[in-house]
Amino acid sequence: MTTMQTPDTTTRYPEAAILADEHVPAVHIWRDFDATVAQVMRAHTDADLFAQWIGPDSLTTSIDEWSCRTNGAYRYVARRGEEEYAFRGTFPFVGEDKIIQTFTWEGMPESVALETLTLEDLGDGRTRLHGFSICDSFEARDGMLASGMEVGIHEGYAKLDRMIVEGTL
Amino acid sequence: MTDPLSRVFAALADPTRRDMVARLTEGDHTVNDLAAPYDVSLQAVSKHLKVLEDAGLVTRSREAQRRPVHLEAEVFDLMTKWIERYRRQAEERFARLDAVLARMQDDESGTTATTQQQEGTAS
Repeated sequence: MTTMQTPDTTTRYPEAAILADEHVPAVHIWRDFDATVAQVMRAHTDADLFAQWIGPDSLTTSIDEWSCRTNGAYRYVARRGEEEYAFRGTFPFVGEDKIIQTFTWEGMPESVALETLTLEDLGDGRTRLHGFSICDSFEARDGMLASGMEVGIHEGYAKLDRMIVEGTL
Repeated sequence: MTDPLSRVFAALADPTRRDMVARLTEGDHTVNDLAAPYDVSLQAVSKHLKVLEDAGLVTRSREAQRRPVHLEAEVFDLMTKWIERYRRQAEERFARLDAVLARMQDDESGTTATTQQQEGTAS
């Protein structure tokens, strides 16, 4: 199996690539960014910047607690009307090109995923992000994959609405 | 645990069942074939098969005497679609990150008075 390998450097990821591991309850994700490692890192560690992109679009994300450093912790809440989804975790390690964090949806507080984010300098001003999330069971992993399905659909409709309003369609 | 997708996940949460499914991707097998590599009773293997059957992952032919077990590929198509949906959501998030990074670069290069005001950023 090649699932644990970082794909070769000739592969480019202008769009997110996902791999659900067959052997361990984990998900890999790869994506290239047109920015330096330091910039991508700052967009992850700075609360104001992070809140601007974590999304989803259809929900308003507010950060309650943010201490993105080794041994730090975080909590943020995504809201839409009456709906509320809170996520929290700790940062066991934050380095110059790596963040290791736990991730928990408060609706299932005992199901904790461990996520390792690694940034790699591609040498041309671009940066490759590799995310590796490991859950405590295949069921939890699959649940994570399935979660947000509804949000995704709502968001799709919201985008469609916007495009119609803006006359893009 | 009533919706079909949850049943599929629960069925695949077991390593033996995942292995059985992996072997069935190569082609149909009889129960005896399937049981051969495992150090468990035929009865235990039948139990696993029942779970896979209930989840709609496999079917067993009623006609043939050997009653070979057949993998239902459509269920996997469903899972593929659903992983694709997860991927698309991640991609939407990363597209927003692209926009944030582009603004950061503008801020860094535009140190002159022309630096644009950004909406919503706390300063």
